[in-house]
Amino acid sequence: MKKVNLLKLLILSITISMVFNSCQDDDTTTVESVSKELVIENYTNLVYTNYLDAYNDAVALKTAINNFTASPSQELFNDAKTAWKTARESYGTTEAFRFIDGPIDNENGPEAFLNAWPLDENFIDYVDGASSSGIINNTLNYPTLSKSLLESLNEEGGEKNISIGYHAIEFLLWGQDLTLPSVNLAGQRSYTDFVDGGTASNQDRRRQYLDICVDLLTEHLEYLVEEWKPNGTYRNYFLSLDKNEALKKMFTGAIVLVYSELAIERVDVALYNQNQEDEHSCFSDNTHRDIRLNLQGVINVYRGSYHSVSGVSLENLVRESDFNLSNDVNVAITDALNKTNAILTPFDMAIQDGPTSEEGAKVKEAVEAMQLMGSNLIAAAQSLGITIQ
Amino acid sequence: MNVLKRSYLFFFINSIFFISCSSDNENNSYELLAEENEQYSGGTNGTVFNISQEAFGFFSNHLTAEQQSDFGIGNSFFRQSWVSAPATTTARDGLGPFYNAISCSSCHFKDGRGRPPMFEGELGTGLLLRLNLPQNDVHGGYLPEPVYGNQLQDVAISGQNKQGDYSIAYEYLYETYSDGTQVELRKPIYTIQNLGYGTLSASVQVSPRIANQMIGMGLLEAIPETTLLSFQDISDANGDGISGKANYVFDIVSQTTKMGRFGWKANQPNVKQQVAGAFSGDIGITSSIFPNENLPTGFDGSIIPNGGIPEITDETLEKVVLYSSSLSVPARRNYQNQNVLKGKQLFNEIQCTKCHIPKITTSNTYYIEAFRNQVIRPYTDLLLHDMGTDLADNAPDYLATGNEWRTPPLWGIGLIPTVNNHTYLLHDGRARNVEEAILWHGGEAINAKNNFKNLSQSDRQNVIDFINSL
Repeated sequence: MKKVNLLKLLILSITISMVFNSCQDDDTTTVESVSKELVIENYTNLVYTNYLDAYNDAVALKTAINNFTASPSQELFNDAKTAWKTARESYGTTEAFRFIDGPIDNENGPEAFLNAWPLDENFIDYVDGASSSGIINNTLNYPTLSKSLLESLNEEGGEKNISIGYHAIEFLLWGQDLTLPSVNLAGQRSYTDFVDGGTASNQDRRRQYLDICVDLLTEHLEYLVEEWKPNGTYRNYFLSLDKNEALKKMFTGAIVLVYSELAIERVDVALYNQNQEDEHSCFSDNTHRDIRLNLQGVINVYRGSYHSVSGVSLENLVRESDFNLSNDVNVAITDALNKTNAILTPFDMAIQDGPTSEEGAKVKEAVEAMQLMGSNLIAAAQSLGITIQ
Repeated sequence: MNVLKRSYLFFFINSIFFISCSSDNENNSYELLAEENEQYSGGTNGTVFNISQEAFGFFSNHLTAEQQSDFGIGNSFFRQSWVSAPATTTARDGLGPFYNAISCSSCHFKDGRGRPPMFEGELGTGLLLRLNLPQNDVHGGYLPEPVYGNQLQDVAISGQNKQGDYSIAYEYLYETYSDGTQVELRKPIYTIQNLGYGTLSASVQVSPRIANQMIGMGLLEAIPETTLLSFQDISDANGDGISGKANYVFDIVSQTTKMGRFGWKANQPNVKQQVAGAFSGDIGITSSIFPNENLPTGFDGSIIPNGGIPEITDETLEKVVLYSSSLSVPARRNYQNQNVLKGKQLFNEIQCTKCHIPKITTSNTYYIEAFRNQVIRPYTDLLLHDMGTDLADNAPDYLATGNEWRTPPLWGIGLIPTVNNHTYLLHDGRARNVEEAILWHGGEAINAKNNFKNLSQSDRQNVIDFINSL
């Protein structure tokens, strides 16, 4: 009696264990025409290539800034600003790789050192009405500026106490945007803020501060490239994950960005508050690019394509599992793109009169379209058996 | 025969589930299993899977589109710094004149937990001192200190004297485990100094309070009162040494007495009053709930420009309340590990779960629909317990005596180091880690603490590992 039972149970357990033994290789138990393995591999290429571009553009920014600080002039100042905008182009799309406990923002990740915002300008430098504020002018407490000092001060004492990263550099290059949105001008810092005996004070420390910021920027991006490069530590880890777990991460980063970080934090909040302070790149008036690039980053992840990288993608998997749903996702993507492109540039002019104004209503429509796109992506993940929380 | 069959079945099911990816379980004769959905600390609708520094900052995608929008706007007001009036940013002026911090996120950094100052004069890290007299007010609360009110604000706007500040000295104590291991504890002694507006009342009672992490507040608010009251045993009828008592406090909006749920002594009835109280006391921002500035007696407030009447509009306040109510709780980590599961079993066996209630279901009527009918794992009963004289602040608060504290929820506790870069715990941050916090338990929790002290080193570590997985 006992033996029979045992045997039955043993057979049952083997059967069940076969069903549950999903960690090793999905492809042995189910036949798929789109290989999840290739989708994941293509994603790691995409992430690596995008971070490499961001790194290379940051190196170009470093060259431009070093040239400027070596002998400040209007021309070299303009070059540095152009290089900053270029660097933002390649970084913007990488934000779809966040929120998955990956190298960018796991507990050791450099995200807060790269792209933290909004920032209180007076934490870094003088502002309108406070000519001696900021780390640059605080020679008493910070007699010597260094990489380790500026990194240690980041977020010290408050979430908006940002000392380094793209937006710190942006503030140093453009200065506060003190004009009304309708004037359509970005921040108007003079390059002579960096010239000994020029405008403001502590010009030498301002040059040094800027150089340190861009050094740190390239170092942190290099770290991400190292993690994701072929045979990089995180890339290998990612490729070793259970396939659905890896797909879940791919979806999660894209969805959190489009659904909440971009749609709500970066667009909707600024619209409601009607405040330039709440826009992402408020000093340079470059927020319209941030928004479009973030959205494009999400699309890149879903479609598995970025510049020269192209391969089987989440879209292919979804198309296979639910053809109609994949059409819905594509309609939502097109809608989000159209409505985002319809937002007035610069962004501070679009939001200045709030959600009920003609331009504000277009912003709100874009928010809703991005959220709808996010919901569609959640459904798309679900069609592959992946639940996104 | 039946029993035998079942035990074999149990063994086989275990082995099936644990075949998975690793093979390090094969030497064990039995395995502990996690409960189904145990990882969803905030229920299926209020849990986020994220272990980064932002882990306390996410909303649930089960919120409505409008709630998500309000969450974002509330977040912007939570994060941003308030400035003195008048200012060009009219939505954000009105700071002070007396305050402890210039933004919510100063003390609740990334929606996380504050800590005591690391050096004298370090401001805005999330510790404040409550002041009151040992005499009841008309609502059953306690009278504020006659000059300084019910909170010492240690900063003032430019041109005004601050109310005062404080220094902390630590006194060291030792606890010894049954196995002889000794642990050092530190007890803070506060000295209020540099008073700007005269002496403090001789009978003032001082209670230090640390800013708590913000996660899961709406879920706690959504627990039916009857559920919480069912945990009460005021006269310890069951003789287990643990009573549990609800606090009853004054609800300003309804002008009635309500059960208290929030704050270290459960002295706030709901998230809204807690948030408005913090705006008022901590930042000096008036609202329709707290329309008056906190001014020391004799200070002429009319000379200070205000940032509007009130300084935060009801519309904005509601958004900050929605935000504060809907931060998701991070999912458990390592919850299937054997050491964690062993720790969980011990946590139950040594009676921690008598007050740190593991599992509660929320109501079906809560105003945030996503948080209805959620099976949550907050590890609290939201009731007051006598925690012994060593931990006492001797400052009563409504029905809470000087020895009593609300059981704090434990969810998210293991991520505080990631989010806030420290491990300070308890109402004043005296405990430097989970172990010290356990060893400060006294009063009703003395048996649980002694049980812990009698555990082996490895079992104590299992309990700590379990707590850090929350």
